[in-house]
Amino acid sequence: MHDFGAAFGEAFRLVLTADPALVEIVLLSLRVTLTAVASACLVGLPLGAFLAVVRFPGRMAVVVVLNALMGLPPVVVGLLVYLLLSSSGPLGVLGLLYTPTAMIIAQAVLVTPIVAALSRQAIEDLHREYDEQLRAMGMGPFAQALTLLWDGRYSLLTAALAGFGRAIAEVGAVIIVGGNINHVTRVMTTTIALETSKGNLGLAVGLGVVLILISVMVTGAVMALRGTAVRLAHV
Amino acid sequence: MRYLHGLIAAAVMAGGLAAPLHAQDFIIVQSTTSTENSGLFGHLLPRFTEETGIEVRVVAVGTGQAIQNAVNGDGDVLFVHSKPEEEAFVTQGYGVERFDVMYNDYVIVGPANDPAGVAGSDDAVAALAAIAEVEAVFVSRGDDSGTHKAELRLWEEAGIDPTAASGGWYREAGAGMGATLNLATEMRGYALTDRGTWISFGNKGDQQVVVEGDPRLFNQYGVILVNPEVHPHVKAELGQRFIDWLLSPAGQQAIADFRIDGQQLFFPNAGGGA
Repeated sequence: MHDFGAAFGEAFRLVLTADPALVEIVLLSLRVTLTAVASACLVGLPLGAFLAVVRFPGRMAVVVVLNALMGLPPVVVGLLVYLLLSSSGPLGVLGLLYTPTAMIIAQAVLVTPIVAALSRQAIEDLHREYDEQLRAMGMGPFAQALTLLWDGRYSLLTAALAGFGRAIAEVGAVIIVGGNINHVTRVMTTTIALETSKGNLGLAVGLGVVLILISVMVTGAVMALRGTAVRLAHV
Repeated sequence: MRYLHGLIAAAVMAGGLAAPLHAQDFIIVQSTTSTENSGLFGHLLPRFTEETGIEVRVVAVGTGQAIQNAVNGDGDVLFVHSKPEEEAFVTQGYGVERFDVMYNDYVIVGPANDPAGVAGSDDAVAALAAIAEVEAVFVSRGDDSGTHKAELRLWEEAGIDPTAASGGWYREAGAGMGATLNLATEMRGYALTDRGTWISFGNKGDQQVVVEGDPRLFNQYGVILVNPEVHPHVKAELGQRFIDWLLSPAGQQAIADFRIDGQQLFFPNAGGGA
């Protein structure tokens, strides 16, 4: 049947020739996903820290909902963002539909609960450990949250990477709000979907291999950064 | 937090690298997967853009979704192939006027061993009846697309309700043309497809065209400007220029010139109607 060897050959050919169309698609993928993950971290990390440190009625319910939202179906998020940004929708005047910005919004919505829920767990564990010390130092909840965010930075990095993995691999939301328009909103995953639908399975798998390689490179770069930071801290 | 900054910096960098968004004029065309997947737009649009400087951004989805998106005003031009729905779109005031552009035809493809014995036939209705008779696998789009509707009309003419056998020999994919053809190849089943998608399809396996040439397999494409009176942001002037070009001798010739493996996929018939 289909030849895995041919698919990998295709992947290597794409990478080695630095195919300009591929480069454009990869850069757009990275731009969309990294921006989305950064935005999700800006919201998700403080939210997670807040939920971990501050006690209020209904907190458990919020945590349960947040954990459940980690499983948001991308197509549903895509549809909701589409309805928001459509010319007939409440934000239609902004003219964002079928732009990379729309894709960033959809991915940020998908990823924020993941970052928030995972950072909530990480910081809550730390909080349990250091609660007494922090209070003995006379810290209020805000200062505690800040301290724990810094202390738990390596675990939080993993939360951000989990969000990155989800966003870079996602196709259902971005194909709806981006429209998979050539040279404008075509990213790795929508290209794979398109080539599959054309029956170009070798090329589709080849692109998939490239996507995995890029994911490995980004994750590896972040982990290396972390390793360097840890070594420097212990010098 | 330093790593967060690093992430943001990386994001901004990637953004800067991938940012050359065109400042030139552009229109959004809601169209179908058959025109995009066959490569027709890849052939037509550069010529149009070169002549006019107008960039065309194509959103290729099923006919049903394309019309719905156009109803919502998320596009300037609608370019699809399901005449009754297109006429309703205009009657309801969402479109200005419908024009015939071109046609292609549907074919029935099937496995080389041809369990229903229909190869070489030019009677699509009789072929479907034969497939149902021997309960050979038939893969349907099952997605309410223009092609799916055409298929259902043929079954109706044959006096057969295939959905009674859904999940048995009749498989409703609920997917686009390419995905449905992938299924048919794997299941060695029959399927109705537009010829354009079939010729350019890359995963044929041992599938081949078994039925063609039936006038009932005719597939007309129409183009409509989304009504700027309903959606004031519609780029009526640019959209109209695209439509005018498609209908002009130059546009019609460009459609006729599009070939894959030496085969003409679309036959221009603007102004003629059929």
